[in-house]
Amino acid sequence: MTRRPPPPPAPRRRLTAADWLLFGLVAVAIGFVVWRVNAVLVYNWNWSRVFGFVVRVDPETGAWVANLLLQGLFTTIRLAFWGTILAAIIGLVMGYWRTCETLALRIVSRTYVELIRNIPPLVFIFIFYFFIASQLFPAIGLDSIDTASPWVDNAAFRIAFGDPRLFTNFLSGLICLALFEAAYITEIVRAGIQSVPKGQWEAGRAIGLSRSNLLRDIVFPQAIRKILPPLAGQFITLIKDSAIISLISVQELTFLATEVAASTTKVFETWILVGAMYFVLCYFFAFVFARLERRAGRGHR
Amino acid sequence: MPDATPLVEIEGLCKWYGEFSALHDINLVVHRGEKVVICGPSGSGKSTLIRCINQLEEHQQGTIRVDGREVRPGMKGIEAIRREVGMVFQQFNLFPHMTVLDNLVLGPVRNRGMARAAARDLAMGYLEKVRIAEQAGKYPPQLSGGQQQRVAIARALCMQPKLMLFDEPTSALDPEMIAGVLEVMEGLARDGMTMIVVTHEMGFARRVADRVVFMDEGEIVETAVPETFFTAPRTERAATFLSQLLAH
Repeated sequence: MTRRPPPPPAPRRRLTAADWLLFGLVAVAIGFVVWRVNAVLVYNWNWSRVFGFVVRVDPETGAWVANLLLQGLFTTIRLAFWGTILAAIIGLVMGYWRTCETLALRIVSRTYVELIRNIPPLVFIFIFYFFIASQLFPAIGLDSIDTASPWVDNAAFRIAFGDPRLFTNFLSGLICLALFEAAYITEIVRAGIQSVPKGQWEAGRAIGLSRSNLLRDIVFPQAIRKILPPLAGQFITLIKDSAIISLISVQELTFLATEVAASTTKVFETWILVGAMYFVLCYFFAFVFARLERRAGRGHR
Repeated sequence: MPDATPLVEIEGLCKWYGEFSALHDINLVVHRGEKVVICGPSGSGKSTLIRCINQLEEHQQGTIRVDGREVRPGMKGIEAIRREVGMVFQQFNLFPHMTVLDNLVLGPVRNRGMARAAARDLAMGYLEKVRIAEQAGKYPPQLSGGQQQRVAIARALCMQPKLMLFDEPTSALDPEMIAGVLEVMEGLARDGMTMIVVTHEMGFARRVADRVVFMDEGEIVETAVPETFFTAPRTERAATFLSQLLAH
């Protein structure tokens, strides 16, 4: 082969006048808000007041301990963790039922999805909270767990579920959140199962696989590949939606932030800080999922 | 040569898709060791017919018996019958998330409870038979169409079926890939496998088939030995079909 010339240098991407104009407009908008807050509202910024609610020094031991906002963040992470597991299980079952041949299963799962998707999350949570907390838990004895028993009063339980005294409250919020998010996961799972080509089902049937083997060996492994990206998105949505649970007094980040904001009157600082906490949490997971996705995509066609 | 005992018996088979009559009063008996080629214009019900035999399609009237056992829509235990009936599809339908070897091993391990090592030996034997053993560790999308179809044949054989159904096995292949697949099928025929083949490969039909079944508009129009069918078709419809095949 004859020697060929190298490629011409790629053109540098320059900012045009339109870009600078846009930046300018954004800067003006921000400047206006800052000016309004400082000059018109005469807002008295005091970040250290709010930071004191993130961590504090324990007066007895002299050690740094988590204060309300950090405790709230931990509860939010717990909600996200257990909520995802619970929602994934419910969503997997319901999503599978959506594709079943049995009419009753299809009706049940369809009704569940339509019901939840067509009422506001807040309304759903109020309804379910009162049902779960006032009917279901007393019926199964969960409203009066012994918080002093060694099963409950240990480090592992505290790490997993937080303060045992708030466990019932945490659990009712968790179930509400999971039931709500699972409706969306149901639809993701259904779409994933239906994305597996008909020929794959037929090939599996033709070699005589039972239905359960067909699902386990052929359908689910291929569906999972399609499901993972939207599932990751739904997981991040679940973290953000967990703020709704504050309205039934689950002591997660938003609930405690309301209290901090009210008691300190440092509304801007509190909510900016809380917003940043949610942002870091969600952005972190989005980053991790994007990495995982790229790794899963490697090697496969 | 075919012996006298029937392996597949189809009597008065009818099937509708909604109002559309896809199969009408099909009667067909295939004996052990017999090779039957089904041909006919597209939409004539060839694929539907063989897909009824392993119940990938459900029929509404008539009876189908495979090895003496009746096959009914929605029946319990259809899996046991499917394990005796291998099927090869036009689009191969290999499992893309499994290696070639795992595609083959799956059936014997799951359905027959065979140990993995034994199943691998069995599978490698069939991969050699279809001359593709060196690709055992690859994934199906890495193979050419012809290679994939040969793997699909090996996968069906791995269940050690009594009967093989071929649903236009070469129609989706590039011309240079067809010969390899047909060779494998001819080898299978020489070994005495009972085969029902939906195909337009008339050369294959002449070389291999004991009988050619010609279908049109959901009916069996004509059944004959290949030589008679290709040189002197009895019906007008068969003659028209053959002249159209030869035209291109």
